[in-house]
Amino acid sequence: MLDTTTVMAGAAVLAGGTYAMRLGGPALRARLGESERVDALIDVAATVVLVAVMVTTAFTQAGGFSGVARSAGVILACVLAWYRVPFLVVILAAAGLTAGLRLLGIA
Amino acid sequence: MAMRSIWRTLPPSQLRAVLLVSLAVGLTAVSYGATSVAAGLPLWVPPVLAIMVLAGSAEFLFVGILAGGGGIVAAVAAAILVNARHLPYGMATRHLVGTGPKRLLGAHLMNDESVVLGLGQRDPAVARAAYWAAGIGVAVCWPLGTVAGVALGNLVGDTHAIGLDAMFPAIVAGLVMPVLRAGKGRGPALVGGALALAVTPFVPAGVAPLLALLALLTHRRSARA
Repeated sequence: MLDTTTVMAGAAVLAGGTYAMRLGGPALRARLGESERVDALIDVAATVVLVAVMVTTAFTQAGGFSGVARSAGVILACVLAWYRVPFLVVILAAAGLTAGLRLLGIA
Repeated sequence: MAMRSIWRTLPPSQLRAVLLVSLAVGLTAVSYGATSVAAGLPLWVPPVLAIMVLAGSAEFLFVGILAGGGGIVAAVAAAILVNARHLPYGMATRHLVGTGPKRLLGAHLMNDESVVLGLGQRDPAVARAAYWAAGIGVAVCWPLGTVAGVALGNLVGDTHAIGLDAMFPAIVAGLVMPVLRAGKGRGPALVGGALALAVTPFVPAGVAPLLALLALLTHRRSARA
């Protein structure tokens, strides 16, 4: 394992870099000027990123398939949420299906 | 945004969503703290990262690379790459983050959960309240859960058994589906999601969601037609 100073320095750089990107987005948007078309496109961009994060964490694990249990749980969440089922039910159903499948020996 | 006005502005259904999201994040943090310590990392590392970085997937990766014997430069670079998605998030949430000194805190509260909750609201005041409430909930529960996980260590059982790993994508799905149903960027989101899945095996972590942005090209063409 690395020494404390190295890990601390790495953590500080990671924290600083992450914070800079969090602060940089609003600043970058401000530079583009007021425009409804740009706003609409940026809203879609954020949605695209969120959906991409959702599907990759749902269906992949370390570059491979995440397994049937998690995938089925998240697909169920997508369907239920699409039909406006209450959020709490969506989340519990997803976790419940995933846990249930694993209990049955389906990874 | 003052705490009082957050609670006053937020509808009960959104408040419940924030509490549930915070609880799920806290449980994930317990698992994160426990596995980090089990991997042999010093006890102070996970809680310090949880407060200063406040971005779960990047922290998991950072800790995983170090625990696997990887170098510090590789760990930092990989984790920063995973966090690059905050740049497009920040562009979309400029009005939620706030202005002046407030934005210095507002920006730190930016994560998948606060962004998706904020973008899902129609009313600007409710959107701000949802963003801040989710941001504060995560900022409190992620470090607290991490400390609990570090303290409990091996006592934490297999969180896969309760389907905890399905909860984060399910939360995002539960909050983003209403946005897609309203017709905002449904086409690009589908194309982008498929693109992200297709490239995931071949690119470093965090790159797939950024490459998904290529799907915006389909949006522009349909907007012109």
